[in-house]
Amino acid sequence: MAERKKPKLAVWKFASCDGCQLSLLDCEDELLAISEQVEIAYFLEASRATVKGPYDISLVEGSITTPHDAERIHQVRRASRVLITIGACATAGGIQALRNFQDVREFTSLVYASPQYIETLKKSTPIDEHVYVDFELRGCPINKYQLLEVLNAFLNGRKPNIPNYSVCVECKRRGNVCVMVAHGTPCLGPVTQAGCDALCPSYHRGCFGCYGPKENPNPPALSERFTAMGWSDQEIVRAFRNFNAYAEPFRKESEAHEAKS
Amino acid sequence: MVIIEPQGLSALFDALKQKGYQLIGPRVVDQAIIYDEIGSPEDLPVGWTDEQDAGVYRLRKREDARYFGYVVGPQSWKKFLHLPILKLWEAQRDGPSFEIIPNDEPVPKMAFIGVRSCELQAIAIQDRIFLQGDFVDPHYRSRRENIFIVAVNCTEPGGTCFCASMDTGPRAQSGYDLAITELYDAERHVFLVEAGSPAGETLLEQLPHRPATEADIQQAHQLLEQAGKKMGRQLETEGLKDLLYDNLEHPHWQKIAERCLSCANCTMVCPTCFCTTVEDVTDLTGETAMRIRKWDSCFTSDFSYIHGGSIRASTYSRYRQWMTHKLASWHDQFGTSGCVGCGRCITWCPVGIDITEEARFIRENPVT
Ligand code: SF4
Ligand code: SF4
Ligand code: SF4
Repeated sequence: MAERKKPKLAVWKFASCDGCQLSLLDCEDELLAISEQVEIAYFLEASRATVKGPYDISLVEGSITTPHDAERIHQVRRASRVLITIGACATAGGIQALRNFQDVREFTSLVYASPQYIETLKKSTPIDEHVYVDFELRGCPINKYQLLEVLNAFLNGRKPNIPNYSVCVECKRRGNVCVMVAHGTPCLGPVTQAGCDALCPSYHRGCFGCYGPKENPNPPALSERFTAMGWSDQEIVRAFRNFNAYAEPFRKESEAHEAKS
Repeated sequence: MVIIEPQGLSALFDALKQKGYQLIGPRVVDQAIIYDEIGSPEDLPVGWTDEQDAGVYRLRKREDARYFGYVVGPQSWKKFLHLPILKLWEAQRDGPSFEIIPNDEPVPKMAFIGVRSCELQAIAIQDRIFLQGDFVDPHYRSRRENIFIVAVNCTEPGGTCFCASMDTGPRAQSGYDLAITELYDAERHVFLVEAGSPAGETLLEQLPHRPATEADIQQAHQLLEQAGKKMGRQLETEGLKDLLYDNLEHPHWQKIAERCLSCANCTMVCPTCFCTTVEDVTDLTGETAMRIRKWDSCFTSDFSYIHGGSIRASTYSRYRQWMTHKLASWHDQFGTSGCVGCGRCITWCPVGIDITEEARFIRENPVT
């Protein structure tokens, strides 16, 4: 096979906790193989040495929360052939999108001694509200095997095997006993996209929804069941309002129950 | 037919193990009775039962010490015969070409303990799918060939069972090596055992037993007769296929879609659902590739994706596809119903959608 030129990989950070970038560093065993296949050209979390763009693949972590970042993401887009967003912040606005439901000025005045120096946007928004995104990898944090799969797929010119069906499919393939049906534990699995291999239900916890809404989700039907199981509207609001609070199907569901509570 | 004492179960298990079988049977795990590897009769859910209703399963203590006093659990025997995830083959790059390395992992010889009548019928349905016709599935075959089946007749049907409607139970009719009826009353606790194959016959002879009396056989007969009348659910099958075909545009499908999560649980737990997808994966260097087969479902969008988009984008069309396939077009495709009345799709649907209720609604409110 002809020697292929090493593609250049960049990793960018916006408003985020760095957890998804850590998933990349967490690839320990595979990291060497990755660095043999790609030139890690820009990855401040790993090395201060950077190589100038353009880049073949950019991984973008974090959401847009400041005017400066709203500009910077366009520069990243211009410098990238393929732009892949990673994690709930980049794909849905993240936990910091909780501000979208409140007045952010009130927060800054409470948190900072000199709020006049804080330049922040009213809303925390996902990257695809600002620029074209080639692929979104969900999760809070992302799953390292899924990240490897996406990199693999782009390097080999094939479609990534990242399903958009429910967590339940993975849960059942794993042979778990359903916590919702057998234990009466509310679980967001039926409306949440797979990718974690049903991690929480495998430990007898309900799914928290950190991969965000699945394709064709039906949160109202699930909430109705939660209500029948004894959950209050407030509890339902909290269930849908976390890492992916601003993803539309979850946002609408929490707003509907907020209005009722 | 013979009678064996509860201690006879140990002899049965030992005999099977001696023949090289791995024992798979019911045991209590995570507040449910699941099928898993077992070692001895102590592993069986003695004194446990399950309460089942639409979207609800609860493990409960029984008043007595029956071994098989529960019905069917969250997953069927399908997970041992038609694996949820299976590597089909690997490929290794070899210059401009590649070499295929088939998956020839050794397949265990398994003895299934406690297979219910509806499940025997479900296995027979999957046999038809995977072993007959032009395309035999070698992976299913290699597992299926080495199974020894100990069936258990159902004397206490569950809350979502309707095998009597589907003519698939509660008594095991065929497809087993041994069939057990647990006889339990104030005076005694024994098993009436019947062989259904030469292998079962031979094994039975090795176990401590006595011949069954007419009274034993009568008792079992009566228990099963009563069980048939105690089904938690019913489904009228008369003319069902045409009824569904005539009601493909019934507004009720939309009503179901408002409740259905398209989560696919019903298809995962169904013992006859057989659909799969394949994923091709490569390693980072592009030197090796793998083809992996996974259970798939008609409730996912990718399932009906063809060039340009998904044919069944709406939940309406997905649920309708699933139910009409089970109860109508399966007859055209395979000559039987695709439903054996095990009730799993009812119990394990997180929102409790009930195939028997939906069919009844359409029957009682046809659009003409
Ligand atoms: S435990 Fe949650 S994710 Fe798993 S099948 Fe049940 S509802 Fe779905
Ligand atoms: S359709 Fe439902 S009741 Fe019928 S065999 Fe499948 S899981 Fe059992
Ligand atoms: S019928 Fe129930 S189990 Fe099946 S996809 Fe709909 S909600 Fe899920």
